[in-house]
Amino acid sequence: MSRIVGGLLLVALMGGVVFQVNAQTPKAGATSTAADYNIPQVKYINEQIRQVWTDNGMVPSPPATEGEWCRRVYLDVIGRVPSVTELKEFQADKTPERKLKLVNKLLNDEIYLEDYARNWTTIWTNILIGRTGGTEQRTLTSREGMQKYLRDSFAQDKPYDRMVYELVSATGTTSPGGKGFNGAANYLVMKLEEKAAQATAMTAKNFLGLQVQCTQCHNHPFNDWKQQKFWEFNAFFQQTRALRTFIPGTRDVQSAELVNQDFAGEGGGGDASEAIIFYELRNGLMASAYPVFVDGKEAPRSGYVSDVNRREVLAKMIVASDYMDKMIANRIWHHFLGYGFTKPIDDMGPHNTPTHPELLDYLGKEVRKNSFNLKELIKWVALSEAYSLSSKITPSNKADDPLMGETPKFTHFYLRNMRAEELYESLIVATEAQKTKGDYAEQEKLKTQWLSQFNQTFGTDEGDEQTTFNGTIPQQLMMMNGDLVKKAVSTEQGSFLQKVATSKLSPAQKIDYLFQSALSRAPTQSEVDIANKLLTARGGDSVAALQDVFWAALNANEFILQH
Amino acid sequence: MMNSIPSDMSRRHFMSHLAGASAMTIPALTFGHSLRTHAAELKKNHKSAILLWMSGGPSTMDIWDLKPGAPTGGPFRTIRTKGDVEICEHMPLTANVMDKLSIIRSMSTREADHMRGRYYMHTGYVPNPNIEHPSYGAVLSHELIDQRANLEIPPFVSVGGGSVGPGFLGMAWAPFVVSSNGQVRNLDMGIEDKRLMQRMAALDMIEKNFISQNRGSASEDHMKILKKTLNLMTSEQMEAFKVTKEPKEVQDRYGNDGFGRGCLMARRLVEAGVPFVEVDLGGWDNHANIFTTLGTGMNPKLGILDRSMSALVEDLETRGLLQDTAIIWMGEFSRTPRINGTTGRDHWARSWSVVVGGAGMKGGIAVGKTSADGTAVETEPYTSQDVMASVCKALGISLETTFTSKSGRPMKIANGGKVIKELFA
Repeated sequence: MSRIVGGLLLVALMGGVVFQVNAQTPKAGATSTAADYNIPQVKYINEQIRQVWTDNGMVPSPPATEGEWCRRVYLDVIGRVPSVTELKEFQADKTPERKLKLVNKLLNDEIYLEDYARNWTTIWTNILIGRTGGTEQRTLTSREGMQKYLRDSFAQDKPYDRMVYELVSATGTTSPGGKGFNGAANYLVMKLEEKAAQATAMTAKNFLGLQVQCTQCHNHPFNDWKQQKFWEFNAFFQQTRALRTFIPGTRDVQSAELVNQDFAGEGGGGDASEAIIFYELRNGLMASAYPVFVDGKEAPRSGYVSDVNRREVLAKMIVASDYMDKMIANRIWHHFLGYGFTKPIDDMGPHNTPTHPELLDYLGKEVRKNSFNLKELIKWVALSEAYSLSSKITPSNKADDPLMGETPKFTHFYLRNMRAEELYESLIVATEAQKTKGDYAEQEKLKTQWLSQFNQTFGTDEGDEQTTFNGTIPQQLMMMNGDLVKKAVSTEQGSFLQKVATSKLSPAQKIDYLFQSALSRAPTQSEVDIANKLLTARGGDSVAALQDVFWAALNANEFILQH
Repeated sequence: MMNSIPSDMSRRHFMSHLAGASAMTIPALTFGHSLRTHAAELKKNHKSAILLWMSGGPSTMDIWDLKPGAPTGGPFRTIRTKGDVEICEHMPLTANVMDKLSIIRSMSTREADHMRGRYYMHTGYVPNPNIEHPSYGAVLSHELIDQRANLEIPPFVSVGGGSVGPGFLGMAWAPFVVSSNGQVRNLDMGIEDKRLMQRMAALDMIEKNFISQNRGSASEDHMKILKKTLNLMTSEQMEAFKVTKEPKEVQDRYGNDGFGRGCLMARRLVEAGVPFVEVDLGGWDNHANIFTTLGTGMNPKLGILDRSMSALVEDLETRGLLQDTAIIWMGEFSRTPRINGTTGRDHWARSWSVVVGGAGMKGGIAVGKTSADGTAVETEPYTSQDVMASVCKALGISLETTFTSKSGRPMKIANGGKVIKELFA
């Protein structure tokens, strides 16, 4: 049985009314809520989430252990597990503000700046250009350029609205080092084919949470979007062109440049002062469209860039829209809690009611009020009570299971697989390999190579892709036998395991160290016993026995799952 | 609970030990036997399906249902076949086996977006935010697995591409995705068996500790996959993936490209007892230059399809496997009858074709009819569900079979589709 039994005791469950007491902190009283660190947003989140528990007669799980919470927050904020030193440092802090301090440290401390920027760059690169964007043949996208832009943005703490504005309105060349380099141009450069259908669909989805791709060809069956809306939104991208420069004497693209050009409108003898586009209705008739935003606000119809820069107008309209506020709130909530307020998170039309509508609205508004500072939003969510709960399911919240089609109520932390990138970075930290890493570019190259084994594209013009890093056999084989794990459990001179083995620690402390490193916790008695048996089986070769133990810990569900 | 170290245990013994008293116990009999004897044993009485998945949405009115002379028709001509149908001139080898395959020309569906179409054609359901439906590969392998207790390869193999997942059936029914070169990565651990088993014992302990804390199904799924993975690592059946073991002329006949090797691998896997294999051929999203891409340019798509598909049908027939193996050829939708300004065709789901054959389904016929310009279905329209209901019938799976989603919702196999009667004598 676990050593960490939480304080919540279910006293009675009658007629849907739940009474509970907190046995560990009686002074907080029976009606107390979790700590809010005097942050109003945290307080509001906790109240709203609790309200749904009460409404559904559910009791939350006890809090996660300190070690679990610490591991969780390192993974979600900076994309890797804590080192043993970092874990001990947090556990040594006994002040009531220790969680707040840790979140602030991960977000703001100079030593975590690189980890923070790297993590969110990875996340946003995948959102903006996909896992395979820039790796295909004849692509115009520079993955490196996209990453450079994002890394600089996160390192500088760029407000989110600024970032969205820059991505939507970007012009310039895509590759770092090129004349007029603007990494943000990589977002749209490969989305302009087929009259910029992808630019339209992805921009609406990524920044506004509106899925409109189906309405390219017909009225949406489930939401208010009509085909006309798609093409009105699409009209904003009609001045945009991607120019190619070839490597002299070859047909290989050297660089690409995103530019705005005058648009004369479609059809014979188009009138650029009123530049129109046409699209085909399902009955085969042609209809026309001008740039109009989702809320009905019209943009000037001129196609001359000197009159109106359509993408800049669109970028301003997006940034002014409360759809954008809700989308980023939903995205960050989903990132930390495993489920968003809607599923999928980027489909928030009226057909898809959020689980916590008031909270979603509120968070969106607060993001705007706080100047789109993403670190603030992250802080509120990471310090919320829902995020602090154990992933252990209790009888009183067993029914809260989104895998069964239930809407998430966040009564316990939902297990989820680590992302491939998190696993990679975590293995490097767990094995202390970061101390011998090369420079940033070299590290990223190695990581991209490693990740490519899990990525597949579907061969469509939309660049759809999927990952086999999804808990299935190829991933398991990689964990059991792959080079990265082999390296992690290497016993060569100078390796992590060799250092642990030859350290001054006692045999029991060595096993403890390996468990802390992989699982952020001490081994149980039964785990210590089996480790000792391994030592016997290895004929007293302690390095080899530690290798077996570490291999087992890294392969365990507890390591691979964010819990 | 596994709390002691197995000192001198075979992998097989260990596996059964790990599996406890569950149904995963594997008879020791098959271990050490050659693949060939094993295959012969497995070949008896088992049904399989091979899905040739055309990612991107192939223009079926340029392949299976041509409209020569119509303004929408495109430049390709028809040729006669061994069956009672005519198909595209760029498919001469397939024409020779069309007596084994039938074209359903009256497909009419509603999903013309790639992701939605892929989901719908793979599951029979439209995407729904609250539930993930299992793909046909997961469903059919789930239903057919009982016929082969000795199978160690995952029952649903996807070669070279992206299928749709197992949905609420759980990760144990996920497609095992392999590349068409037949190599499964990271298969060998490079330590002796005994030590591997000792490591597994320690791993088993940590896994069970975590599961016992009641953390939900993801932690249990991990253990199931772990066992399957270990099983796979120790299996001689993995030989089935090695297409290079085939005689050179066989490899050449199928074609020395990804799709050719994938089709050859599909035959080997079916022979080894795998109930569902999906082989992906992408690159059909032809919004521009469609006719050169498909037929008249360098290395045309239809040439690749023709060679490998015909080789597969022929080879299955020669080996006596076709009578028990259903073949399904389809993509997520088709392409507009109208030829656009860049000599391409755009997305179109309203009137199109799917090809099926084998497992007792009639060959050589065309089911249903489209209008003279290909824009409408003029006979009873068929759907993804109907195709799959017909395949189920061919494979001897009852259409009364239901699954229960995790939320307790019952779901009929093939979403209650109806059998296409013309396909059965």
